[in-house]
Amino acid sequence: MSASAPSLPIPSAQPKRTSLPFRRTAVYGGLVIASLMFLIPVYIVLITSFKTNLEVANTTMWEAPSSWTLDGYTTAFERLSRNFANSLLLVIPATFLSAVFGSLNGYVLAKWRFPGANIIFPLMLFGMFIPYQAILIPLVSFLNPMVTFINGLSLPGGLVALILVHVIYGLPITTLIFRNYYTEVPDEMLEAGSIDGAGFWGLYWYIVLPISLPGFVVVIIWQFTQIWNEFLFGVTLSNPQTQPITVALQNLAGSQIADYNVQMAGAIIAALPTLLVYIFLGRYFIRGLLAGSVKG
Amino acid sequence: MIKNNGQVMALLVLLPSILLLGLFVYGFIGWTAYTSLTDSNGLQQLSGLPSNFVQLRNYSDLFNGSLNERFRIDIVNTLFFTLLFILVCLVLGLTLAILLDQKIQGETVFRTIFLFPMALSFVVTGVVWKWLFNPERGINSLPELIGLPGSDFRWFISEEQWLPFNWQQMPTFLTMFALGLVIYFALRWYAKKRAQWAAFAGAIALLLLMLITFDVPRQALPLISEEHGFNLALFAVVIAAGWQMSGYTMAMYLAGLRGISDDLREAARVDGAGEFGVYRYVVLPLLQPITLSAVIILGHISLKIFDLVYTMGGDTNLFIDMPGLNMYLTTFRGQQFGMGAAIATVMLIMVAFVIVPYLVTSFRTEDKR
Repeated sequence: MSASAPSLPIPSAQPKRTSLPFRRTAVYGGLVIASLMFLIPVYIVLITSFKTNLEVANTTMWEAPSSWTLDGYTTAFERLSRNFANSLLLVIPATFLSAVFGSLNGYVLAKWRFPGANIIFPLMLFGMFIPYQAILIPLVSFLNPMVTFINGLSLPGGLVALILVHVIYGLPITTLIFRNYYTEVPDEMLEAGSIDGAGFWGLYWYIVLPISLPGFVVVIIWQFTQIWNEFLFGVTLSNPQTQPITVALQNLAGSQIADYNVQMAGAIIAALPTLLVYIFLGRYFIRGLLAGSVKG
Repeated sequence: MIKNNGQVMALLVLLPSILLLGLFVYGFIGWTAYTSLTDSNGLQQLSGLPSNFVQLRNYSDLFNGSLNERFRIDIVNTLFFTLLFILVCLVLGLTLAILLDQKIQGETVFRTIFLFPMALSFVVTGVVWKWLFNPERGINSLPELIGLPGSDFRWFISEEQWLPFNWQQMPTFLTMFALGLVIYFALRWYAKKRAQWAAFAGAIALLLLMLITFDVPRQALPLISEEHGFNLALFAVVIAAGWQMSGYTMAMYLAGLRGISDDLREAARVDGAGEFGVYRYVVLPLLQPITLSAVIILGHISLKIFDLVYTMGGDTNLFIDMPGLNMYLTTFRGQQFGMGAAIATVMLIMVAFVIVPYLVTSFRTEDKR
């Protein structure tokens, strides 16, 4: 079929389509059913988290709690509050540093071409696809002396190591997002600044950085969610004092001691920060998501 | 592109990142690969003994040793899981995207619902679905709410297995897969009138076909005799992971659909295509590159999946075990660093098979632009 048919002065098919109520009903019906299926876990998590230990153990899963209680949340918060704080202490500096490095790297790769850049960039990107198991054994032997040393200074060494690791392995994606963003900035803008005598840093500071806000928002949201949700580095590079929330939640669920109301309340506590970010800044979240598919 | 004395500074700014990634990605991969050729373990480390170089023994043990059945189960699980997971995400993602593309009221609400699981960690997903797949009261009892009989499927602890096959047939299956790929490329080159390339691929296809006919792969690589198959417990993982990731596929497809101009669709309608025809002949072909991207993104996620199965199944549920979890347990619980490194290297090779061609073609087309 040829897609480039001459467009004839025929009224568009629009009215004909709206005159098919059956089709519209089917479309909305499909969407509503799919939405309900997607929301089943949300319903279950919510009602379970508000039940008492006794009710969780005895009644069916699908009924709303006969008496609503915050017991699950209190217990879960007692068990997880320290790890929640750890995750915050980890995710804020790591996200900030990731964004700074990503912005500078992206600026260099988008606006300063030098020989070999076309080979170096894909080689950098490969780092975001590897299974981290493939670097885990050297990583742990490499970082353990550092962690012991920092612990000796009575600082949380595990967190410093985790921050470092997240910044390094975040370099590919943050560089990619900023590079794609800066490629859209017209070269003429920078050339004008260059003629006025601005150098590398002058161009970055006065021309590139002031228009970088959307790029920063996308990268910060992306790294925030990724680092908050990360598990493998968290479980191998932390000690009980520095465990991030995902590791603590997995421990909570793995032990048979915690009742399901506590587990579900814990899941909500662990999910809340990224969920809020997603609900309020979802637009940028999706942009980061799509940037992950390389071509951006 | 700017050219002034900032060039040197630009390189200096990029250099730390290049060096860090050089060490932490490529240096460490090399280190892991080397470790995988040794018998390094916790006992040696404690007693200060050096590890011994054992060549490929860890690998032959993994694929053919009597103690490492768990790894073979993992490989089979990963392959079935990856296939099914990609299929579910593609079908569901495309369906939802097409539904949302019908000029829907409240599109933002629907989109938010389909995409929010993406913001969660696999640990949260695992905790939640483990509760839902609770065989006595979970999803199984849902039909009882409307008076239908409940199900007694055991979900992630189900012991049922489909498609059992002997591990010895694995080389044959891999050769068949390679044959399929070669035939695909032969046809593509033939269609593009690159006769020489097509003939070359055709010759290789013929060779592979002969190898399979005479059962060479199996005899060339004698493997341990062991039954493996598709564990039905994997359905639970596919549903949980699909719940989390199909919104992502939907977002990719939706971005693609929005990129197709209305004029193009209108032209097809003028040509007499019905609504179905518009999708069949105009929209879907244009979405093909997105499908490829999605397959690669989803594929590399599923090949290295770890936290979800760890949370759902714990240390010992072999029905949903995966190489990523096995590597973690072998290395950090079992303290067998050499063996763990070998598992990690196999994982890396599997992921590289998916990712490297993708990166290479991505940047080749970008250069042409």
